[in-house]
Amino acid sequence: MIKSARAWIEDRTGLESGINHFLNEDIPASSGWHQVFGSIAMFLFLVQAFTGIMLALNYAPTTSEAHSSLRYILTELTAGRLMRGLHHWGASMMIVVVVLHMLQVFLWGAYKKPREATWMLGVVLLLLTLGFGLTGYLLPWDNRAYWGTVVTTQIAAKAPVMGPYLLTLLGSEDGQIGAVTFARFYGAHVLILPAVMALLIFLHVYLVRRHGVAPAPVETAPPIKFYPRQVFKDTVAIFVTFAVLFSLAVAVRVPLGKLADPTDVSFIPRPEWYFLFLFELLKYFEGPLEIVGSMVLPGIAVLLLFLTPFIDRGKAIRLRQRTGAIGVLLLAVIGWGGLTAAAVSSTPHRDAWKGFSAEEIAAVGNFRRADCWKCHASSPGESRPGPNLADIAVLRDRDWLVKHFKDSSGEAGRSIRAIQWKQLATFLPKLDDDNVASLHAIPQTLVDGALVYQQNNCGACHFINGAGMKTGPPLNGVAKRWDRKWMEEHFIDPDSKSPGTIMPAYKFSPADMTAILDYMMYLTD
Amino acid sequence: MKLSSPSEPRRGFLVASITGLMGLITAALALPTAGYLLGGSKHKRPTDWVAAGDIAKLEPNVPEQVVFERIRRDGWKTVKEKASAWMIKTGEKEVVAYSPICTHLGCAVSWDGAAKNFACPCHASSFGTDGKVLAGPAPRALDRFDIKIDGTNILLGQIRQSDKA
Repeated sequence: MIKSARAWIEDRTGLESGINHFLNEDIPASSGWHQVFGSIAMFLFLVQAFTGIMLALNYAPTTSEAHSSLRYILTELTAGRLMRGLHHWGASMMIVVVVLHMLQVFLWGAYKKPREATWMLGVVLLLLTLGFGLTGYLLPWDNRAYWGTVVTTQIAAKAPVMGPYLLTLLGSEDGQIGAVTFARFYGAHVLILPAVMALLIFLHVYLVRRHGVAPAPVETAPPIKFYPRQVFKDTVAIFVTFAVLFSLAVAVRVPLGKLADPTDVSFIPRPEWYFLFLFELLKYFEGPLEIVGSMVLPGIAVLLLFLTPFIDRGKAIRLRQRTGAIGVLLLAVIGWGGLTAAAVSSTPHRDAWKGFSAEEIAAVGNFRRADCWKCHASSPGESRPGPNLADIAVLRDRDWLVKHFKDSSGEAGRSIRAIQWKQLATFLPKLDDDNVASLHAIPQTLVDGALVYQQNNCGACHFINGAGMKTGPPLNGVAKRWDRKWMEEHFIDPDSKSPGTIMPAYKFSPADMTAILDYMMYLTD
Repeated sequence: MKLSSPSEPRRGFLVASITGLMGLITAALALPTAGYLLGGSKHKRPTDWVAAGDIAKLEPNVPEQVVFERIRRDGWKTVKEKASAWMIKTGEKEVVAYSPICTHLGCAVSWDGAAKNFACPCHASSFGTDGKVLAGPAPRALDRFDIKIDGTNILLGQIRQSDKA
């Protein structure tokens, strides 16, 4: 039965003989572990396609819902974080593997006649891979995505002559990005790029078959078959790659940041690591020269890469005879590494909570005072009776939360007032992957200081990090204007330091005074 | 089809390894995918009680469609939407509320005043005022809402599935 079905399929489609033909290709006996990268790249592309489709099944590709639907995937669906983790880390690994693949081909001189077209198609595939990274970066629609893409579109806008047209093509008007840009990037990411990529991969593999795997300078043994010896090596390499990818996806959480906020001036935009060198390059070219860094140099680099088979026409394949090629390669690696390292080292580290208002830090204080940790963990993977705040999104409305706080906190929450519960209920839904650590991370003395600030209603006149009133002086940077002693005396007797001030005197307990002074001294910018 | 090169035992090992490793990768992707697609949302919200009309305004034993607003978690969205129930006042402080969804394939049933039954416009199922199936392919009686009476306010809770006929 099975046998006759098999025969029928073979007769009508030629499927089996086709597969056999593919697997029984002759390859040089020298083939081995160094030739596994093409297969790994193809495998990663398939993983990206699969996880991408899975994500798309629970994702709403519009600016108004992208962020919340991704949050839904991460916090409410089984294996949602895993799917996104695989897709995110798969993208990075694909870049690494594609580059390793090119390095191998370069070092073995495998791009030389008659394989020039295979190489050139490969360069286009590299660019497409980068295109996937660039367009996919926008899709979470968090601050990282938004600001990263603003910079991308602005670079395109500076192109001579074509700039304005490119900007319109990218869906950006008046330098803003929004719904149209998002639709263009999404369309490119899931419709255009996959189709083009699949077609070019097919052609690339076809050319590999047409010319055969590049032989070593001297082949001593007769050719072998592709299957099973090389397929085994490819499979082992694929498996190791997959194990690394899976571990990354499970162990390293990919954060979903704050919803894209065009008014957030505190955010420090950085591109994905594989674009950092381009980002860094732009720092060295100013004014009219900017285009050298943004277009001319990258353009020349791509062109040189594309034309490599025609620039290096020497017949030599052995590495030792190709000092020129090796020199160029080393320079490229040093240049890329140096720029990337410079970009990494110049990226300031900023804790998410440093942008919190006093009321938000006080809310963290009340979270700690009410002993919410008894039931709720706030770091990934920890298990306590209540929901883990690092693994879920807080979706309850404020009234429900306030009632829950009062009912559940017991003795520990007795001294917390209604307004403080309300502030905590406003604060908790703002927790995300980037700032949930603040529940632990803010030093207790700052939390105490913010509580003193909040309980004494300092926000009725003063302003910190976007919240409060401006009747009195805003307090960001106050630590640079006055020293601790001055401030302490100012609290006790304001008029002695600023004659005529309307600020009343505050008689804090020694502990409260220490806390609020600590908090004031932390406000350096 | 005869393939050359590696000797048979070694070839067997290679083929088994290829199949095994590919199988492991497939399983490592397929199992989470099953959970991802079939697991649904991990955070089920209990249905809140919603106010749906005034019992004093209902005529005894006359079915009336009552429209009310409720808040529902719809995937990643929380939506405020309209919903309705067929209500029949059966006593001074008693009311039953049927879900207007036919238990056959989900069309909305409406009250046929002349025939004195609930009629489904799709496949001609009909239900009596007690909710039971009178005719047609419907497999069970109309589902009922949980009900609380607070003063004269009617509060609707979860929909309880009726038993199979």
